[in-house]
Amino acid sequence: MPFDLSDRVQTVPPSGIRRFFEIAEERDDVISLGVGEPDFATPWAARDAAIASLEAGKTSYTANRGKRELRERIADYVADGFGLDYDPADEIIVTAGASEAVDLAFRALVDPGDTVAIAQPSYISYEPGVIFAGGEVLSVPTSKADEFTLTVEALEAAGADEADLLVLCYPNNPTGAVMSKAELEPVAEFAREHDLTVLSDEIYAELTYNGSHTSIATLEGMRERTIVFNGFSKAHAMTGLRLGYALGPAKAINAMNKIHQYTMLSAPTTAQHAAIEALDSCDEEVREMVAQYDRRRQFVLSRFREIGLDVFEAKGAFYCFPEVPDGWTAEEFAEGVLREEGVAVVPGDVFGAGGEGHLRVSYATGLNDLREALDRIETFVEEHV
Amino acid sequence: MSEREVLELLRENARYSTADIARMTDLEEDEVAAAIDNLEAAGVVRGYQAVIDWDELEEERVRAEVELNVRLDRETGYDDIAERLARFPEVTALRLVSGDYDFDMEVEGDSIREVSQFISEKVAPVPEITQTVTHYVMTSYKENGIEFGDGEEDDRLSYTP
Ligand SMILES: Cc1ncc(COP(=O)(O)O)c(C=O)c1O
Repeated sequence: MPFDLSDRVQTVPPSGIRRFFEIAEERDDVISLGVGEPDFATPWAARDAAIASLEAGKTSYTANRGKRELRERIADYVADGFGLDYDPADEIIVTAGASEAVDLAFRALVDPGDTVAIAQPSYISYEPGVIFAGGEVLSVPTSKADEFTLTVEALEAAGADEADLLVLCYPNNPTGAVMSKAELEPVAEFAREHDLTVLSDEIYAELTYNGSHTSIATLEGMRERTIVFNGFSKAHAMTGLRLGYALGPAKAINAMNKIHQYTMLSAPTTAQHAAIEALDSCDEEVREMVAQYDRRRQFVLSRFREIGLDVFEAKGAFYCFPEVPDGWTAEEFAEGVLREEGVAVVPGDVFGAGGEGHLRVSYATGLNDLREALDRIETFVEEHV
Repeated sequence: MSEREVLELLRENARYSTADIARMTDLEEDEVAAAIDNLEAAGVVRGYQAVIDWDELEEERVRAEVELNVRLDRETGYDDIAERLARFPEVTALRLVSGDYDFDMEVEGDSIREVSQFISEKVAPVPEITQTVTHYVMTSYKENGIEFGDGEEDDRLSYTP
């Protein structure tokens, strides 16, 4: 039989958002709070550097791990910003988005039958990534009671002590939760005690409000068992340029590079030129975008409280995660508010265990649209609840 | 500090309601109102105006940038001349600038004739003014930080992970 699809591919269900996408297409006045990418354009200096590199004909492959100059800038950036210390020579790999880096890590580390614990709700690519790599997923649900931080109780309850890897993402997509150093300490201790390798997706690190981001890799004894992912999509508004990176001990990064060199060769060259400039000269633009997100965050949280939907104080990324009213599932609410009011939000279930009964609301949208969208949600709640 | 924040938001959009400003900041609504009162009383905020793209209206609106050179004497300083010019309702902006000329003056009127007449009959005769150079505005691309293009469409998908 032609195209006898692999079991791995068939095991992964189609994306839960697909159906909503089709409903949204039917209306032309939809305001989308369902978007997981910035509404800002890439800072001009970075775009200009990309253009200049094209004009200069710099369109060949780069070193597999990425341009040396870029790896050096990344090393400086993560050292200054987050106190992370990685050698550009063999502890950093530049990839086609953080997405590729995450996939490389799974393929480099997961053997058939290995168990990967994933703190959920979380970004939707981890689970399929583990399955494609032949591993088993162990969901570790977090809850509103803990403001969606990962606790040792949750890890123990899920049986994560038996896992081989642990994936976490803070600041979190979809909840907007962040974890402080004090909250990360017990998780780090658990990982050390049970010999877990930690994959920490910190792509929203820069989007941390009231306070600064702590990387779990900076905690005692964690650097040698952690791979950190970051990238240019969120803080530098460069999603379509497809550029991210992983930081880790040489043993892990070299293994990831082995796959990368055969499957990708090198990350997009034009994007690497843009990224060098982004790190060199766009701090001010990043700060301005973060300030805008923070205002919108406070606005949206205030409006949900006024509307009467329970929402915890999300302190990172560009999402908040309100609860749907009693008697509703997230799916029903999201579909209703889309069909009747033309507001797109994502039901929390899509992001795995712990997400049910919640909505992911993105505030990566201009304030006028946010205001209108929240007014419409208010109307929907007044009419139905 | 809170006044500074309110000021920034008003600059972004002077029509944000006090309630919206309160929602976006750590301030209560009455604190926002008080901050605005203070800014106005202190003369920091001098007014609120719409940013208009005249090209989108049928009626003609003529605007000109006028360079003015002046000669000062013992009795007359820049401020005296400026005060006199600023009184004319046709003058919408007036700034003392560095460089080849002294004042940068913006003038508005209903027709080129009206604006030229104003300059030749009201401005040029001022004894301290030695030279005027008038530039009529042909097209405006950006005013007060707001671009007048059609704007870029948001081409993001309505749902992304
Ligand atoms: C948590 C998280 N990780 C990774 C990604 C993917 O980022 P990239 O564009 O760098 O592949 C996203 C994008 O939505 C994300 O939310």
